[in-house]
Amino acid sequence: MTETQQVATLDAEAISIQSVSLWRITWRRLFRRRSALVGLGILGILVFIALTAQWLAPYDPIQSMRDVKDYPSEYIKRRLPPCIHLFGCPEEQPQHLAGLDGNNRDEFSRLLYGTRISLWIGFSTVTFAIVIGTVLGALSGYFGGWVDNAIMRIMDVLLAFPSLLLAIAIVTVLGPGLTNALLAIGIVSIPAYARVVRASVLSVREMDYVSATRALGGSNFDILFRRILPNALTPLIVQGTLGIATAILDAAALSFLGLGAQPPMPEWGSMLGAERNQVFTAPHLVFFPGIAIMLTVLAFNLLGDGLRDALDPRLAHVS
Amino acid sequence: MIQYVTRRILASIPVLFGILFVTFTLARVIPGDPCRAILGEKATEAVCARFIQEKGLDKPILTQFGIYVKEIASGDFGQSLRLGLPVTRLLIERLPTTVELSFAALLVAILVGVPLGIISAVKHNSWVDVITMVWANIGVSMPVFWLGLMLAYIFSLLLKDTPFWLPPSGRVSPGIPTPSLAEAWGLTLPEDSFLTGFLNFISGMNVLTAILTGNWALLKDALQHLILPAVALGTIPMALIARMTRSAMLDVLGQDYIRTARAKGLTYRRVVLKHALRNSLLPLVTVIGLSLGSLLGGAVLTETIFGLSGVGRTLYEAITARDYGIVQAFTVVIAIFFVAINLIVDISYAYLDPRIRLS
Repeated sequence: MTETQQVATLDAEAISIQSVSLWRITWRRLFRRRSALVGLGILGILVFIALTAQWLAPYDPIQSMRDVKDYPSEYIKRRLPPCIHLFGCPEEQPQHLAGLDGNNRDEFSRLLYGTRISLWIGFSTVTFAIVIGTVLGALSGYFGGWVDNAIMRIMDVLLAFPSLLLAIAIVTVLGPGLTNALLAIGIVSIPAYARVVRASVLSVREMDYVSATRALGGSNFDILFRRILPNALTPLIVQGTLGIATAILDAAALSFLGLGAQPPMPEWGSMLGAERNQVFTAPHLVFFPGIAIMLTVLAFNLLGDGLRDALDPRLAHVS
Repeated sequence: MIQYVTRRILASIPVLFGILFVTFTLARVIPGDPCRAILGEKATEAVCARFIQEKGLDKPILTQFGIYVKEIASGDFGQSLRLGLPVTRLLIERLPTTVELSFAALLVAILVGVPLGIISAVKHNSWVDVITMVWANIGVSMPVFWLGLMLAYIFSLLLKDTPFWLPPSGRVSPGIPTPSLAEAWGLTLPEDSFLTGFLNFISGMNVLTAILTGNWALLKDALQHLILPAVALGTIPMALIARMTRSAMLDVLGQDYIRTARAKGLTYRRVVLKHALRNSLLPLVTVIGLSLGSLLGGAVLTETIFGLSGVGRTLYEAITARDYGIVQAFTVVIAIFFVAINLIVDISYAYLDPRIRLS
């Protein structure tokens, strides 16, 4: 190989290295982390269940077995334990993988439909909190001075309450119900995002390329949203993924206390809350919804941790 | 250091005012008529009018806020409209339950979490590490209320008639006397003195009272009742602490001075416990501080499940019954407690790391 050829190959390598985008690298790193893969896997299954619940579920989630046509009435018993044919449940008895609930509904179908609600809770609250948090954090970090002071002191006050208690208080003011519970959880999670964005904005506000944009006549809006905010994307993604986990847990807690989703909606927290006094007689009605909540939260936690490691350039040498 | 502490304390004053304002506003905007919520749906207009006047609910909102701040500053939290009791007395009665529970939960979290984290870091990538971290991940993902119910099911029902049986609810078994400290020590104190209130507050913590008075039967019984709620409430912080200890330790164990210490001939055990652990404390303090806040939130759920009348459950009941007095006072106390914890965390941070107080 002549010298010129060598240089040409090196150049080509350099170009190919440059052209690998941050997202490609992130994906590659993410796929090397076993825990993140597990999280992604569980999440994939959950999304699949949520999308196909109407075909996967053997029964309507809010229909009592009494209203099911041709259902053998001798097997209708409130809080019937799981009947799985594979595990020796008599063939003539209709199969219920997670038993019946207190209103003779199929618990398994309710659990499947619950996936939709939980994922919706997670994504909607975090989107709400990210949008408001980003605007507040960006204004705070970019303009500084009294704007910063006013916004951040309000955030401090919000942070001064344990999040669940504040959410309970807000729901009480707004009235119980899933939408209000989501709003409450969204509100209490705003400060976390506002802080993350503010910190990112502060760290790049004085950079040369920002001054350059300003010198070129860029508007405040342009500088803030096109030059500065993209830098906040990485921490926001990590915080957002972990935030979904917390949001799902908090929403389940609110529903458990009777402040969130209302019956007969198949929401895991409210299903658990409705049967909590039956834990000694019908433990399956407490066990399964709890496991469902745990798996969903676990998936987002694992993915969030994996993303944090994958997106952190300081850990680049690890992968 | 003193300058730093003063600065931090001054910075929390606006936050405290904000808290007072938020709790005051929240209690006022809770929908529904406080009169009918307390006196019942059948209360007549005339009765309600008199009630509202008596409680000062007809004054301008700013005047009400002024009165409120003045009263709080003088330690008077007003009356519980529903129970007809001074809120301060309720606080003295119910706060100890929550303090005891939170403290026990935190103790469980630290005593289990820190060693697990250290072992995990020292045996990095071994099966011990993998199992611990899998459990830690599951631990942070568990709903407190579910864990509580499952623990009650396992220990109160499945393990019935075994030595591992534990009671599913309450703080002490019926029939076990819980004398107050003043009674146990044979003191006669005036009804309304500060000392009486303080002693009653301490007496509310059964475990502490049992130890102080040497009442071993009460101690055993109270501990038995405390274990399940403490484990349920402590699991999330335990998992967080284990994870944080592990990552902080791993960070420190890779440093040059650890190798130097080893090269000097110090035993590995000594290097880990003396050199590494000390420098891993900083992030740990933050996690412990933050956990305390989540403990207070989790206490609402734990207290509801285990039938404990602590601050969390009382506050939840008060919110649903629109009992202004309790809602305001309890939220303020919890929030102030929370701010104080953050202050202590910041100060201990500065104490542990001189770079912070100098910046």
